[in-house]
Amino acid sequence: MVTQETPAGSGNQRTRYLKIENITKKFGDFVALQDISLDIYKGEFICFLGPSGCGKTTLLRAIAGLDIQTSGRIEQGGKDISNLPAAERNFGIVFQSYALFPNLTVSKNVGYGLVNRRMGKAAIGERVAELLDLVGLSDQGSKYPAQLSGGEQQRVALARALATSPGLLLLDEPLSALDAKVRVFLRQEIKALHRRLGVTTIMVTHDQEEALTMADRIVVMNQGTIEQVGTPIEIYRNPMNRCVGDFVGIMNCLSGVVTGAASVRVGAMEFDCANGVGGLTEGQAVTVCLRPEEIAVRGVASGGANSFEARISRLEFLGSFYRATLEAERLGDMKITADFSINEVRDLTLDEGATIQIALPGEHIRIFAEA
Amino acid sequence: MTEGVTTLSAAAPLARPILSRDDWIMRWGMLVLGVWLSVAVVLPLYTLLSKGLEDHAGRFVGLANFAEFFATPVLFNSIYNSLTIAIISTVITITLAFVYAYALTRSCMPGKGIFKGIAMVPILAPSLLPAISLVYLFGNQGMIKGVLMGETIYGPIGIVMGEVFWTFPHALIIIITALSMADARLYEAAESLGTSKLRTFFTVTLPGARYGVISACFVVFTLVITDFGVPKVIGGQYNVLATDVYKQVIGQQNFQMGAVVGMVLLVPAVLAFIADRIIQRKQVALISARAVPYHPKPKTRFDMAMMGFCCVVGFMILGIIAVDAFASFIQLWPYNLTLTLYNYDFDLRDGGGWASYRNSIVMASYTAVIGTVIIFAGAYLVEKIRGFTVIRSLVQFMCIIPLAVPGLVLGLAYIFFFNHPDNPLEFVYGTMAILVICTVTHFYTVSHLTATTALKQMDPEFEAVSMSLKVPFYKTFWRVTVPVCVPAILDISIYLFVNAMTTVSAVVFIYSADTTLASVAVLNMDDAGEVASAAAMGMMIVCTSAGVRVLHALLTRGIARASQAWRVR
Amino acid sequence: MRVRELCQKSALFVAAAAVGLFALGLGGGAALAKTQLLVYTAIEADELAMFKREFEKDYPDVNVKWVRDSTGIVTAKLLAEKNNPKADIVWGLAATSLVMLANEGYFQGYAPKGLDKLDPAYVDSQNNPPLWVGQRAWIASVCYNTVEGKKKGLPLPTSWQDLTKAVYKGHVVMPNPNSSGTGFLDVSSWLQLWGEEKGWKFMDGLHKNIAWYTHSGSKPCKQAASGEIPIGISFAYRGAKSKNKGAPLEIVAPKEGLGWDIEAFGIVRNTKNLAAARNLADWSVTLKANKIYNKEYAVVAMPGVAKPVKNFPKDITKKMIKNDFAWAAANRMRILKKWQSRYGAKSLPKKK
Repeated sequence: MVTQETPAGSGNQRTRYLKIENITKKFGDFVALQDISLDIYKGEFICFLGPSGCGKTTLLRAIAGLDIQTSGRIEQGGKDISNLPAAERNFGIVFQSYALFPNLTVSKNVGYGLVNRRMGKAAIGERVAELLDLVGLSDQGSKYPAQLSGGEQQRVALARALATSPGLLLLDEPLSALDAKVRVFLRQEIKALHRRLGVTTIMVTHDQEEALTMADRIVVMNQGTIEQVGTPIEIYRNPMNRCVGDFVGIMNCLSGVVTGAASVRVGAMEFDCANGVGGLTEGQAVTVCLRPEEIAVRGVASGGANSFEARISRLEFLGSFYRATLEAERLGDMKITADFSINEVRDLTLDEGATIQIALPGEHIRIFAEA
Repeated sequence: MTEGVTTLSAAAPLARPILSRDDWIMRWGMLVLGVWLSVAVVLPLYTLLSKGLEDHAGRFVGLANFAEFFATPVLFNSIYNSLTIAIISTVITITLAFVYAYALTRSCMPGKGIFKGIAMVPILAPSLLPAISLVYLFGNQGMIKGVLMGETIYGPIGIVMGEVFWTFPHALIIIITALSMADARLYEAAESLGTSKLRTFFTVTLPGARYGVISACFVVFTLVITDFGVPKVIGGQYNVLATDVYKQVIGQQNFQMGAVVGMVLLVPAVLAFIADRIIQRKQVALISARAVPYHPKPKTRFDMAMMGFCCVVGFMILGIIAVDAFASFIQLWPYNLTLTLYNYDFDLRDGGGWASYRNSIVMASYTAVIGTVIIFAGAYLVEKIRGFTVIRSLVQFMCIIPLAVPGLVLGLAYIFFFNHPDNPLEFVYGTMAILVICTVTHFYTVSHLTATTALKQMDPEFEAVSMSLKVPFYKTFWRVTVPVCVPAILDISIYLFVNAMTTVSAVVFIYSADTTLASVAVLNMDDAGEVASAAAMGMMIVCTSAGVRVLHALLTRGIARASQAWRVR
Repeated sequence: MRVRELCQKSALFVAAAAVGLFALGLGGGAALAKTQLLVYTAIEADELAMFKREFEKDYPDVNVKWVRDSTGIVTAKLLAEKNNPKADIVWGLAATSLVMLANEGYFQGYAPKGLDKLDPAYVDSQNNPPLWVGQRAWIASVCYNTVEGKKKGLPLPTSWQDLTKAVYKGHVVMPNPNSSGTGFLDVSSWLQLWGEEKGWKFMDGLHKNIAWYTHSGSKPCKQAASGEIPIGISFAYRGAKSKNKGAPLEIVAPKEGLGWDIEAFGIVRNTKNLAAARNLADWSVTLKANKIYNKEYAVVAMPGVAKPVKNFPKDITKKMIKNDFAWAAANRMRILKKWQSRYGAKSLPKKK
């Protein structure tokens, strides 16, 4: 599989910082990582995204040297680190559980890695103060972790990981244990911190929203392999396969058959697809994919391109928009999920049971060969 | 250049991880622990097993000794006696402990803390002590011998009574734990369905505590069948396996037959151990994470009845200790009842005198300190080592073995192993060191499990964080792991100390003229007929254990206060 | 920070060193200036402190360490250690056992200074220099609790045969000869008095009346003293001692004759402390030692020393049987085995 991608901060001269080559990790007979190769550039914010058990944490731990791969090479900053123990690699790490030392104060936690580096006491104090300031906890230094909120604890963990100025920051589901509001807030904080320090960062997450909002590039993983690497927009707009599309955002997946160089048939409908069918031959069974928000309802004329009549069988109010379940005679028993804006629903007086004219815009239709 | 490419490659280099300094230290530590456990557990047991297959001159004779054992009706009869005593004692102890635990967990009676404290008192005493008290109570000159209606206390009745006293707290702890895990929602469901109290008891309470009760049964059964303190003092001519081992080895220095009886003794203990392990594994799935703790509601009549029961049991426990204390101050029971400290003049008697008491304190202190260091550090290594899986599993298994080995068998194995002229470790034989090694080993498993539980409750990523910060693991161990685990560490050391003070079974074979012990002195003074002095020494042990317990409680409270800022409540 | 780190480091080091040193230090044994003399003995514990004190007064560079247990146990222990003896000297153990051990080649000959002052009957006559030398004799006796006897209507027994009478059923204790030297000298004396057949028959009868067999030779008398069991077959010293303390006891010397044995010593063949062992041997035959022996025992090895001991039966020395040590030693194992198989397990006491 080959992906085209647009580099983060395009136009800049990018240097490769981490080179991962053919990493395989087995636990007994179970293959956790299958021949993974990946390049990560200096200063990038990378997210490993995937369902639980996809191998993203295993890959992170292999990079850290905590669970060394079965085979394959890893290069960091031009140096082969494949076989180095964790203690001899150059990274800081933050865990979902924070792993703060409960019996040490916040300052002692942050300075934990500094004490070992023959730094003077004053220098350590200065650095700790600087870091606490960085994460906005200047006045909390003398408290114990248990006296802080979850979000504050995670920031302490972050400061501790950054204290030794590592070349690589590894975040293992750092926000999963927090409640929704704090999570959104910390997302921005971490992102801002990253912009400020420019440290190469890898974050593992199963939360697509997190990945989409924070990452320069996302690595979508499934069953021990990389499905796709790309910027958030690429991943969302142009998923390489049904699996990626399904995992990142919601995707309508209809079964169809290729009927021409740029057309597919779904049920009784023939759709034009502006992007072509990707060289698939006529008669090939395919999955036709479209995001719910890409379904057009305003200004769709009867008999227009890719348009047909559908009935709203369900309409759910989701705050900022409505999610509709549509049934169409011409599609048989396949159902379509569509997101309509509040304006559309009000202007077009959409309601459950109403029959409307919709279109599947050809430029948004993605075709994947049926497996 | 192709970027971010995932290609299939035929020949990716296999990883050959370089071990860090931490890894090396941990592996060496694990090896040292493995060697230690081999010397302290495996090799002695192996020597014991092989000894059972040899004749007096050390020639291999196969199962001849076993054949002799089973052909000797006297010895064979002991199996029957041992089983009888163990089963009866188990039934009585479990019944009493269950009701007592039920009162503590399911009633609203007042004074629960005091009753729980009283129930723990027997742990502070060697098993010889209740037997001595029983002689004063029910012996031929007993204070209340009429209660037995002409039956003699010397024999099964006395043994069972002594064993019930001695094993009661062990059973109680387990059953209390089992009953405290009850899920209130089940009771609410039963109540809302109009289920009768009795039916609720049999359909909810008992099944819920089932595994705890079974586990307690095994523990009590093993304790009784392997204990020899009680039958030694009060058994009269009623032979049991444990006293047979003692008679064969100490009385007749017939080590081969001792080894055979020891192995026979090992069988029920190992079986009970295996069964308990299987059941414990099942139990894990039983506790739902979302269980709501059960809070009893006051029911005056039920609460009063429960309190009445606890009063009776508590009175008996304290009574037995009180009788012992009283007896120790009497000039010459029953003819001269003047109070005296004469019986505390241990130096005039068998058993090593006051030196024995001092030795016991020294031995218990060494056991507590060294044992805690070895066991906690060992548990840490077993928990935290990376890789090295074969050795790790081996060591882990060796940590569990001692639980299945009765003290008598362990002590016997130590004679065979350490008192062998060809053994380079022979020099520890007859020293304080061998007593400490033996006692640490004897009580290794329970301490190891306590340490493991405490370590498992800690964040598993502390070590990963230290590695990323380039801090060696032993620094984190010292700065974080140890402080966080202080309560567990104190628990382990107090457990080791008290057990070292009271244990008789293992050390009775390996003490020497320089290292006589208080608990063994109790035995020897009783043997020589100095029963009052035996009672007096027993009291010294009880008071010392109790004092250390109190100290431990104060220390724990102090630490809890000092660390309440950071301990997660 | 530095200081603190240093503290922690040193604490770790101390802990590690403690473990290491402990094994070596305690294991190796403290190197004391005094010679440590390891003495295996069966003498009663309450006398040992005095012997140690008196001996060390005369030989200040020797430190006596006792390994004390009942005669049978010390004997069995010595036998078990036969290939690798630990003791330096066996001292105050039954002559029967010493003869047996001597036959196993356990001892080295030594004639203590002043040996000629002892009654030759107390010295090994088979070897020159002797392998063992006697110290004093201890004599069987029966302790009878007058209070309990009266209460239970038990007449004072005056002979061994009396004890087989049905009236004493369950009211007699005696030591197990396997563990107790006193127990063995009783059995041995009965067999010597009446011959094997009659002797065993007597014990069959006695067995019916025995409540239980005790581990040690002194326990029967102590149990009689406390009234736990009114009649204890024990030895005179223990009886007198208890009576002195106020126990309501009558010390009986059965009229058929009394078993007795000599407490004796022998120097172990491979001792590393030969000089100190010889010191103790020399001291043990002195007049001073014999006077100490006489404090509690009525019959000692040096003629003319013994004075009557308080509360001993008056005519006790006259009732001592003619004891054949060689026979007893030669037959000890056989007798014990036979005894064990006949009476070893007194099974569950039958309901009355």
